[in-house]
Amino acid sequence: MPLALFWIFAALTLAFGLGVVFFRSPVSAAMSLVMAFVGLAALFVTLDAFFIGVVQVLVYAGAVMVLFLFIIMLLDLRADQRRPVKLAAWTGGGIVAGGFMAVLTQVIFSLPALQQTKPALADPSVNDVAQVGFSLFRYFNLPFQIIGVLLLVATVGVVVLSRRELK
Amino acid sequence: MRALPTFPIPHFAFRISHFPNVPTLANYLFVSGLLFSIGLAGVLLRRNILIIFLGLELMLNAANLSLVAFSRFHLGQDGFPGYSAQVFVFFIITVAAAEVAVGLAIIVALYRARQTTRVEDLDTLKF
Repeated sequence: MPLALFWIFAALTLAFGLGVVFFRSPVSAAMSLVMAFVGLAALFVTLDAFFIGVVQVLVYAGAVMVLFLFIIMLLDLRADQRRPVKLAAWTGGGIVAGGFMAVLTQVIFSLPALQQTKPALADPSVNDVAQVGFSLFRYFNLPFQIIGVLLLVATVGVVVLSRRELK
Repeated sequence: MRALPTFPIPHFAFRISHFPNVPTLANYLFVSGLLFSIGLAGVLLRRNILIIFLGLELMLNAANLSLVAFSRFHLGQDGFPGYSAQVFVFFIITVAAAEVAVGLAIIVALYRARQTTRVEDLDTLKF
């Protein structure tokens, strides 16, 4: 049953990932990515990473993709025109992606250490929000503060970049 | 959910009685790699700069999946998952959000200057 659920969510994520690449309308591609994020959040929950799963939905699907859709609406993008398929470009892209997957598959399935199933947790009802918080503020406090500065700089930068030039 | 005892399974020796019905780490890494290559194909093949940006986000999320899988499968001394990887994922999500904001601001400024979002029209730096 867990394996079936894993493949259901993985197939969902991969199908919508393909939708991002192959839809010609930018809005359809963005909505496909939202669904891919939701599928990924489900995969995170199967890995007992509940905090990261919720943060994924809140931040990525809830904020980043909304920003994307606002920009698509602002720029008023139309669907791409149907273009003749350039065989050379698609073959090249297929070779790159296919080659990467071939090497990765060969590496993954040749290491017995990667064939292990989920080891049992010492405490299955662990509060992983608290644990992530402990780890974040104990060992990674400086990077956390720097991330705060980064967000401030990004906000200021966005405001500066999107100002209209004053005549 | 109780986990099965871990035992190595040669990938060529599946019998129904020994087939685990829980996903292994290899399954998660395979899906993560596939997602990454889909995003990579999107970045290489699409001409609209916003779709290229979406492919970039897909690649980042594939890396996040890898990290969370490793976090769960590598238990620390106290029997808890390795939470450093989940903190790393938290940072990646934050930095990706900042990057998307700045990138989209640049795209908007570019659109105002050039009235286009097609990559082939942005050829000022081409030699």
